[in-house]
Amino acid sequence: MRGADYLLKRTLFALVTVFVAVTLNFVLFRALPGDAVSNLSHVPHATPALRLALQKEFGLDKPMWEQYLLYLKELSRGNLGVSFATQQPVWSQLRSKLANTIPMVALGTAVAIIIGIGTGVLSAWRRGTVTDHISTNTAIAFYAFPTQWLGLMLLILFAGVLPSVGMHDPFIVGAGFWASKLDALKHMVLPAATLALTLYGEFTLVVRSSMLETMGEDYVLTARAKGMKSWTIVRTHALRNAMLPTTTLIALSLGYVVAGTILIETVFSWPGVGQSVYNSVINRDYPMLQGAFLVLTLSVVFFNFVADLLYFRLDPRISA
Amino acid sequence: MSAIANEPGIVADAPRKRSRGGLVWDVIKGRPSAAVGAVIMGIFLFIAIFAGVIAPYSVHTQVGPVYGVPSAQHWLGLDDGGIDMVSLLLQGARVSLIVGFAAAFVATVVGGGVGMIAGYFGGKPESVLMRITDYFLVIPDVPLMIVIATLWGPSLSHVIFVIGLLLWTTTARIIRAQVKSVRERVYVKRARAMGASHWRIVFRHVLPQIAPLLVANVVLTVAVAIFDETALAFLGLSDPTAVSWGSIIEHAFLRQAISTGAWWAIVPPGICVALVIMGCYLVGQAIEDALNPRLKVAHLSVRGFRLRPLVGMDKDTL
Repeated sequence: MRGADYLLKRTLFALVTVFVAVTLNFVLFRALPGDAVSNLSHVPHATPALRLALQKEFGLDKPMWEQYLLYLKELSRGNLGVSFATQQPVWSQLRSKLANTIPMVALGTAVAIIIGIGTGVLSAWRRGTVTDHISTNTAIAFYAFPTQWLGLMLLILFAGVLPSVGMHDPFIVGAGFWASKLDALKHMVLPAATLALTLYGEFTLVVRSSMLETMGEDYVLTARAKGMKSWTIVRTHALRNAMLPTTTLIALSLGYVVAGTILIETVFSWPGVGQSVYNSVINRDYPMLQGAFLVLTLSVVFFNFVADLLYFRLDPRISA
Repeated sequence: MSAIANEPGIVADAPRKRSRGGLVWDVIKGRPSAAVGAVIMGIFLFIAIFAGVIAPYSVHTQVGPVYGVPSAQHWLGLDDGGIDMVSLLLQGARVSLIVGFAAAFVATVVGGGVGMIAGYFGGKPESVLMRITDYFLVIPDVPLMIVIATLWGPSLSHVIFVIGLLLWTTTARIIRAQVKSVRERVYVKRARAMGASHWRIVFRHVLPQIAPLLVANVVLTVAVAIFDETALAFLGLSDPTAVSWGSIIEHAFLRQAISTGAWWAIVPPGICVALVIMGCYLVGQAIEDALNPRLKVAHLSVRGFRLRPLVGMDKDTL
């Protein structure tokens, strides 16, 4: 029953984290310098009627705790407020942006994890050799380059070869299904590659050090004494056990994925959640920023929960 | 005894004395990368301190055309305001390193304090503090930094505090684990039995033991802080009047350096950031590795041994 206990604990943790994030989202934006009402008057070209309507909609005349309850109630109905810049509901905008962000981020992160595990295992296995030095130092270099700078470098290098702005070619109207899909994929190459390059370095270092820790375990020595092939030992004994800390660390580095997404979407004008963070910072569009922050935080919490479930699958000691 | 030691070929073991200097030597010995990292950090620290003296031009006056090409007078060309890039980079080193070290200091004080209290006292304070740490660990740093920096307004001290107050979680966890193990050692228990105060135990007996780990952590935090500063500056959330490597990249991006072909306005600041972060990482990681005895053992050979196939057996048999 320890398995059920673990699942219950992790679910509870995820739920409390969601609550913390939601509360933080409220506190941060109510802790604004100057009261919230005067900030509403910063809406560009706001009519008095709109100002009154907004004031009433946000319930800014009520005491703080009542505002908080109101905020929770509206949030549970999916109401994230109205954007200052576009005067559209934040949630419906974010939903379409999220649909643009997810494929690009998924592609970049998946590539980074695959390359990271590959090079990490290789350098741990060949530790101290030239292969290890080259692979580790390259990983450190890519870990060290600022994300936005790497994106700009790819822009300089591939400016003529691959599309570098947005996610569709505005001039291919009326093309076939596959042609437009191919066009979208081409647009995705540079942003996803930037994300993969910035992440893979850290993943390599994480995998390498977890592998080095398991390589010193007695069961690896036993496996070798039994005469198993090196590759089999690496695959079934060392890597399997190294996957436990790796999963945790990759889940914890998802914050970097989110940070990278904001910077990359800004560089490549990718119309996703990250770009809307940038735009709302530039326009001081607080509802949009609040919504985007909530969406990004909740997605990180969600994937941490997924990692916990994965851990459940990977570590038989929990479910036993 | 000394007669034997003087015999050629016999080397007497020097009495091993553990000292602070011993650890520094342990770290550098067999890890040339640590020395490389230390040299890189030293060079950039020197540049940051003497930026005002060695900068060839002022960072406030235009000395040539917009995006002037690199020449003998201006080795790395000019930026979007016609300002000498070399001077900008030197000045940027100062701001970036100040932000990095100050933010790391804030993070270490908060994280070290939380970790120390949680690990040393245990019980209720530990569970409360670690629960808080766990929640903050999951919430992504950079978006939270963006939100706070947007709300507080752009200023260098805000950037330092925002980064510092959000980077303490890893430090807190690492320090807590270490303090928990040091606390159980005999000499700490003896000191407590002899009536030493908590302050004395923490500062005389626990802190020196975790100092190397703390140093490694500070250095690694400096790297993350500089990285985050470039991100915030790129989004226009740093002090608009301060020249940092992040703001140099931001300006070049916003003022179309790429479409003008002015690579010199973008490539050098990124390389500077990467070099400093690599230096910090190499030093920090070397200290951590030297402290972790588990990494010294590996049971799998690096070299492959091929056995001669036995007569009458399949060549795949091993």
